[in-house]
Amino acid sequence: MEFGLSEEHRMVQRTAREFAAREILPVASQLDAEHRFPTEIVRGLGELGLMGVMVPEAYGGAGMDNVAYALAMEEVARACASTAAIMSVNNSLVCDPILRYGTEDQRRRYLPVLASGREVGCYCLTEPSAGSDAASLQTTARLDGDRWVLNGTKAFVTNAREAWVFVVYARTEEEPGARGISAFLVERDHPGISVGKVERKMGLLASSTCEVLLEDCRVPRDNLLGRRGEGFKVALSTLDGGRIGIAAQAVGIARAALEESVGYAKQRRQFGRPIAEFQAIQWKIADMATRIDAARLLTLRAAWLRDQGKRCTLEASMAKLFASETAMWAAHQGVQIFGGYGYIKDYPVERYFRDAKITEIYEGTSEIQRMVIARNLLS
Amino acid sequence: MQNDVWVVADHAGGNPRRITLELLGKGRELADAREGRLVAVVLGHGLLDLGPAFGQYGADTVVAVDHPHLHAYTTDGYTEVLSALVRERAPWLVMVPSTAWGRDCAPRLAARAGAGIVTEVEALWLEDGRLLTRRPMYTRKVMGIVEYVGSGPHLAVVLPKVFPPAGRQEGRAAQVERVEAGVSEPRSRVVETRSLQRERVSLTEADVIVSGGRGLRGPENFALLEALAAELGAAVGSSRPPVDSGWVPHDYEIGQTGKTVSPTVYIAVGISGAPQHLAGMSGSKYIVAINKDPNAPIFQLASLGVVGDLFQIVPKLTEEVRRLKAQG
Amino acid sequence: MDVVVCVKQVPDTEQPIRVRPDGSGIDDQGLNWILNYYDEHAVEEALRVREKHGGTVTVVCVGPPRAAEAVRTALAMGADEAVHVADPALEGADHLAVARVLARVIGQLRYDLVLCGRLATDDNASVVGAALAEYLGLPQATAISKLQIGDSLATVEREVEGGVELVKVPLPALFTVERTINEPRYPTLPGIMKAKRKEIRTLGLADLGLEPGEVGAQASRVRYTRFEPPPRRQAGQVVTPDSPEEAARVIVRFLQETAKVL
Repeated sequence: MEFGLSEEHRMVQRTAREFAAREILPVASQLDAEHRFPTEIVRGLGELGLMGVMVPEAYGGAGMDNVAYALAMEEVARACASTAAIMSVNNSLVCDPILRYGTEDQRRRYLPVLASGREVGCYCLTEPSAGSDAASLQTTARLDGDRWVLNGTKAFVTNAREAWVFVVYARTEEEPGARGISAFLVERDHPGISVGKVERKMGLLASSTCEVLLEDCRVPRDNLLGRRGEGFKVALSTLDGGRIGIAAQAVGIARAALEESVGYAKQRRQFGRPIAEFQAIQWKIADMATRIDAARLLTLRAAWLRDQGKRCTLEASMAKLFASETAMWAAHQGVQIFGGYGYIKDYPVERYFRDAKITEIYEGTSEIQRMVIARNLLS
Repeated sequence: MQNDVWVVADHAGGNPRRITLELLGKGRELADAREGRLVAVVLGHGLLDLGPAFGQYGADTVVAVDHPHLHAYTTDGYTEVLSALVRERAPWLVMVPSTAWGRDCAPRLAARAGAGIVTEVEALWLEDGRLLTRRPMYTRKVMGIVEYVGSGPHLAVVLPKVFPPAGRQEGRAAQVERVEAGVSEPRSRVVETRSLQRERVSLTEADVIVSGGRGLRGPENFALLEALAAELGAAVGSSRPPVDSGWVPHDYEIGQTGKTVSPTVYIAVGISGAPQHLAGMSGSKYIVAINKDPNAPIFQLASLGVVGDLFQIVPKLTEEVRRLKAQG
Repeated sequence: MDVVVCVKQVPDTEQPIRVRPDGSGIDDQGLNWILNYYDEHAVEEALRVREKHGGTVTVVCVGPPRAAEAVRTALAMGADEAVHVADPALEGADHLAVARVLARVIGQLRYDLVLCGRLATDDNASVVGAALAEYLGLPQATAISKLQIGDSLATVEREVEGGVELVKVPLPALFTVERTINEPRYPTLPGIMKAKRKEIRTLGLADLGLEPGEVGAQASRVRYTRFEPPPRRQAGQVVTPDSPEEAARVIVRFLQETAKVL
């Protein structure tokens, strides 16, 4: 049994931590306030290898593993959850399926650019009436000569406004449910794809979440990702890695809430002494730290299992469920510790509170995670 | 000579600078305790009247080496001359001021003369015949107590402003011994010296720092601090919030994620005193805090805390300092 | 231009550093060991010299086995080769002794330039660099904020009291660098992977033909006897003046009479 990180994992952690502290943290609240996509930061993350952590060096990536990815995600999310979301989509939902299911040509075309941070990708699965029940999606794709023609509307697409490549799931067969679905790589310049409404969200304000419209969108035949009719397999393959990423993001948000709370509790004086001397605050801090550590351990275990090539669906779900609920809870405690100051935007816990909530929703809601966990135990 | 204390002088044309007086004061005390002589070692060119200049501050003897190559400091020249003197005369203790040249030369001198060296010394004392020093470590989070091993020579690079300057004894003069020394051509050459006046006073070197926090409310109000700093010859710094908010550039930041400073006076304006900030400035000798919140943690640390509105107090303070300077 | 950079591993001083209750040292529990910040700048400068003038960058470190990680960090930043001297006999060695060990290693390497950080943030000494220059017989400039390499001559800037000196130094030479000299790059993830494949040559004193008596604690001329937390600052007076004028007068009086800076 070994709980320590390896030398290179510590180095990745340090690189991500330093970059986050110097380049992201100082502007995080501003990005949030201005709803601004952090173009420069994303490029910086790319230069460090953080936009394609698991992409092999041959395709311009870092060639590292899930543990490295989780550690880096936590550090980035500690500074800015929006940036972490952008990074997570690019790594887990775009690079990962292209690497697993892409042809050699597709890998060469997309991975080096995506891993460099010069462009980002996005992931179009959810539809206005197909959320948790993704297999009920209605977007269609039909072959017309050497082109696929896609029609439909995708919802809640992170990074869509900035994305160069869209991983789009559409129904290619008459069959209902999972079996009729195929995955496509659609580029922003392909005719017929457009970004619709940009959602006005509660949190993650520095990342865009949009509607994506496909209106007779014509895509080269070779842009099918994976085999025809096996799109749902592609989608499922991203789940474990995606959940590990979001779990790590949640740990980062929770840690931000804890660290800010500790700093504030030592500094804020009431009744003639720092509030850190009151047991009510101490217990909150202790509980936050304990839950965060548990969440991190669950996350790293899932990442480690995935690196070993072992099945980790149960563990990834547990990590994602526990970490996201910890983030929400810790942010809630953070706001409470800050009192009135926690409710205003001068202090960052207000942002953590807004950012934390989404981690309980995207990449499978807490309810879905519980279903997955229960199914593993009961079936 | 085994009991002599040497002070290698920082001087301007043979006149000791303040730090030299501080070293002479401490050196006198240690020389007396050891029943040795206090020797000022003066390197330069065209040196005159050294006897009274150093004698009146307690030196018994001035050892002067006058040579064209010693007109300005060079690593090679100073190391060559000092190491020869140290080897030949074996003083007990050599005190070197922690100035740019002192820090440059001392380790090299120690290596060549085989002397134990302690730098950043802020206390020196005898304990059961042993010479001990205290020095800051780990960005001032720890003080280390270091002992010299053996009989000497010991080399101490002493920080400025840790010892009071020697008092002046009118009419006292030191015996001056002029040493003829051959000095080789130094290998490196200072080709230009630019004054830093035009630039901002550097935070880490500044004697006085005026620093602003969240209480300044906006970038435009840093002008208030700039004005005060200009009168005081001080550097301007900030805590983290103004940097985070983009009011001032990154290099203003003092604290955990910024610079660590230890000026004589740190004037904290509108700074509440978050631990991250205190980590960077608690080494300051005096802290003056201006804050409208009487419960601000900075007041726990302040040598002088003033509760009030910075927007009213700072301009008045600037005026008052200006008036005082005008009086001379 | 072959550059040798001396590096040290230190505890991250951005985290709390506590003295053990018995004063025998610092509490090393939970310390985060990192490459000394100043040395990061030295590595960065070496890499920039290599990028401009070609050549190699070799990292040399004296320190316990755990210090290999700091060496690896320098390799991940882009250094080509590394030598790490780790020997239990070096426990308690003073700075001059460490400089002698470094000199022995570097004396066996090919170099045009030796770079060190101006100080290490753990013991805050600024001794090893200049002492090493002495042992290697090299000209030096300490605390430089700018480095320009010319034909067999380097031009450096160093901050001195109240100004900046421009110094011309013949090569080979040793420089210690200020943090203002550059902005160090982060080790990238691909860099970290590459560093993993580079070899760190690990040596003991015997490999260098050195005896513990020459460079170990016995050879040291100074010795740490104990460590203390910094003195607790005495809380001063807090006043609430009646007017801004009164406040200004109180402060000025303090600056004049107590702090004596006016």
